[in-house]
Amino acid sequence: MTTVPATATTTAPTTRAPRRSSSDGHALGAVLRYLGIAAALIFALFPIWFIVAAAVNPAGTISTTELVPAGVSGANYEDLTAARPYWSWYKNTLIIAGFGSLAAVFLGVLAAYAFSRLRFAGRRPGLMALLLIQMFPSLLTFVALYRIFVYLGDVIPALGFNTALGLIAAYLGGAMGANVWLLKGYFDTVPKELDEAAKVDGASHARIFFTITLPLITPILVTVGMIQFIGLVNEFLLASIFLKDVDAQTLGVGLWGLLEADRNRYFGAFCVGALLASIPVVLLYLTFQKQLVGGLTSGSVK
Amino acid sequence: MSRSPWLILKWVLVALTLVLLAGGAAKFAAAGEGIAVIGIAFLAMCVLLIYGSRRMIPMKYLFPGLVFLVFLQIFPIVLTVMTSFTNYGDGHTGTKDESIKYLVAQTVQEVEGAPRYALSVGVKEGADVTTAAPVFLLTDPTSKKSFVGDKDGLTELKDDEITKTDTGKITAAKGYTILNAREINARQDLRAFAVPTDDGGGIKAIGLSEAFVGKPTLVYDKAADRLVDTKTNTRYMPQNAAWVPESGQGAALPSGWQENVGMRNYTEALTNPTLREGFLKVLVWNLIFPLITVAGTFLLGMGLALLFNDDRVKFKGLWRSLLILPYALPGFITALVWRQMFNQDKSFGLINKTFNLSIDWLGDPTWAKIAILITNLWLGFPYMFLICTGALQAIPSDVREAAKIDGASGFRTIRSIVMPLVLVAVGPLLVASYAFNFNNFTLIYLLTKGGPFEGGQTQIGSTDLLITYAYRLAIGGTTPNYGFAAAISVFIFIIVALISAQGFRSTAKLEDVN
Repeated sequence: MTTVPATATTTAPTTRAPRRSSSDGHALGAVLRYLGIAAALIFALFPIWFIVAAAVNPAGTISTTELVPAGVSGANYEDLTAARPYWSWYKNTLIIAGFGSLAAVFLGVLAAYAFSRLRFAGRRPGLMALLLIQMFPSLLTFVALYRIFVYLGDVIPALGFNTALGLIAAYLGGAMGANVWLLKGYFDTVPKELDEAAKVDGASHARIFFTITLPLITPILVTVGMIQFIGLVNEFLLASIFLKDVDAQTLGVGLWGLLEADRNRYFGAFCVGALLASIPVVLLYLTFQKQLVGGLTSGSVK
Repeated sequence: MSRSPWLILKWVLVALTLVLLAGGAAKFAAAGEGIAVIGIAFLAMCVLLIYGSRRMIPMKYLFPGLVFLVFLQIFPIVLTVMTSFTNYGDGHTGTKDESIKYLVAQTVQEVEGAPRYALSVGVKEGADVTTAAPVFLLTDPTSKKSFVGDKDGLTELKDDEITKTDTGKITAAKGYTILNAREINARQDLRAFAVPTDDGGGIKAIGLSEAFVGKPTLVYDKAADRLVDTKTNTRYMPQNAAWVPESGQGAALPSGWQENVGMRNYTEALTNPTLREGFLKVLVWNLIFPLITVAGTFLLGMGLALLFNDDRVKFKGLWRSLLILPYALPGFITALVWRQMFNQDKSFGLINKTFNLSIDWLGDPTWAKIAILITNLWLGFPYMFLICTGALQAIPSDVREAAKIDGASGFRTIRSIVMPLVLVAVGPLLVASYAFNFNNFTLIYLLTKGGPFEGGQTQIGSTDLLITYAYRLAIGGTTPNYGFAAAISVFIFIIVALISAQGFRSTAKLEDVN
């Protein structure tokens, strides 16, 4: 700890020199700083450590789970895959969240382009209406969605309950409204001169959009796509209403059902499933940390 | 020239969309849903008109999103508002005529000497065999004709659509999945299922492969608008969308019908003493919970961001990545793990074990609230940490330098310079976070399911938010009441809209000040 103020003074010797008299305060400050960080890390990590400990615990029940596991074993994994179609859940989750977020970003970016670049009657009222509609939490329409999909599924089973397609369609209702403001703000920052030059060269609007504008806004597409993907992986309410068949379920609904079946016996199996389920999302976070922070705050300032 | 492949691609996509729409329309037409067919035809025309012409360029971009928006967001909202003025719910799903047909068919009893049909039980092809509406696939023993019967009546099946055994039992039928014995036994609802016949009787199953045509003991007296039980001579009259005994004594029949109840759901929520008390309790907690959550996560996140906003901290990237893990883990997992950790029994609950406590975390109303707040603090602070870090980094360093030159202390700089600037940047996100937590269904439902429930009732829990309350009313309980749940949903919309409007206005003010 004592080296900290020393490095500080060496990195900025000229500006910090007059304040050297308070280096005791700096040392104390650094200690407090590290203590704060350590406390935050313990708070953030102990539940995660608990999950890991439970996942490798050979006995697999919660009553036998200790913070220092008695041993390391893969018994819980076998228990999990024997009891439930875990990898089907995994596949369903990736399909639903993957295609759902791709489609949502596509719908959103199309609309944002129109709102940012094209001029038409009803542009401003349209944007305002989208904001208002967003305030009706789509979650609350679950009864109506339930009725709509009972009706649809009766006629077209491929769109009904227990299908990925039906659930994705239900999610896409809010796709345009949710992202259009963020995306439009980003479109506005791309210089218009680029499209105008292409237009003069005789390029069609579709060509300008797909080959010039879209590549320029890739960073925000990544951010929005990621937020969507994680949101869909986490979505529980609609998924639990739509996916009753155990083979059609997502990780969230399936793992919840596992714990509901027996909270003690399946706890280890649940933790293994939970850890494996976290991998894609955690990797996404760690990879796109910077874009995420930038995207979130730039969206708010707009 | 380079445009032609794009043009071909566009027309392939348009054609594909039209083929899909036509396929859907054919299915709806076969099911006799005229309005849906007209709707699909209208959609197809829009597609042709918009993408076929060189004009309407903005519409080309807006149309795909608009279709989903209109059908799966605006329409459900309208439907929700409409449902909130009805009594739609358990036993109130159909029309009055349907309820008569259903009730009469329920009481069918076998007439001696009547023929028995060969029976197979099925569901529509592709539908869920455990829950979908059942159909009876029947063969008349004398005429050898086959029929499919559902809750609306019988339709004849052509011989080339089915395969049957010598006894007439249908083993396969086009468009239907036939249930096996185990699947039939697993369905409790089949015992009460009857296919109504035109003469007022019904067809019911007896055993696994036979069905009988019988006469009902309940008769509808059309002139008087009464249902009469011919065995007990009880007369039932329509009242409040249900059939109640004329004498006023005894229970109503199990099925009523859907009707408009005007503002009753709304006035009920506000005036019924138990509901009102519960509703107010839920509302107060629903306003406080997101407030404490946003304040707590923001303060912790901001504090950490300030701790990290110093070049002298080593391995910053590593600590940061570890700190955002709670936010990166899927929320349903952590909510469920925290539920385990809050278990009161020390051999199960990590928190009581570690701190040697014996708090009934999830069973006591106050502790359950605290448990939820702790969990949500853990779930939410990394997000605030992320956005505050972003906002801090966006503050130009000369602003801080200027404050330092003016002689401001570190604390003073943070309070008067840094905080206002950060708040301007993250203000709208704080409002959004409030709105999100206002309807944080996943957390509450997975952690406490809204409980604990006090005083022996199971309607209103101590940690219920409006949305978990509405969910329990609509789907979770034993007697679903969609109409009332929809009314609660409309209440939530109004509250969220008011809060958001207020929130956005005050953050706009903050920006103006800046």
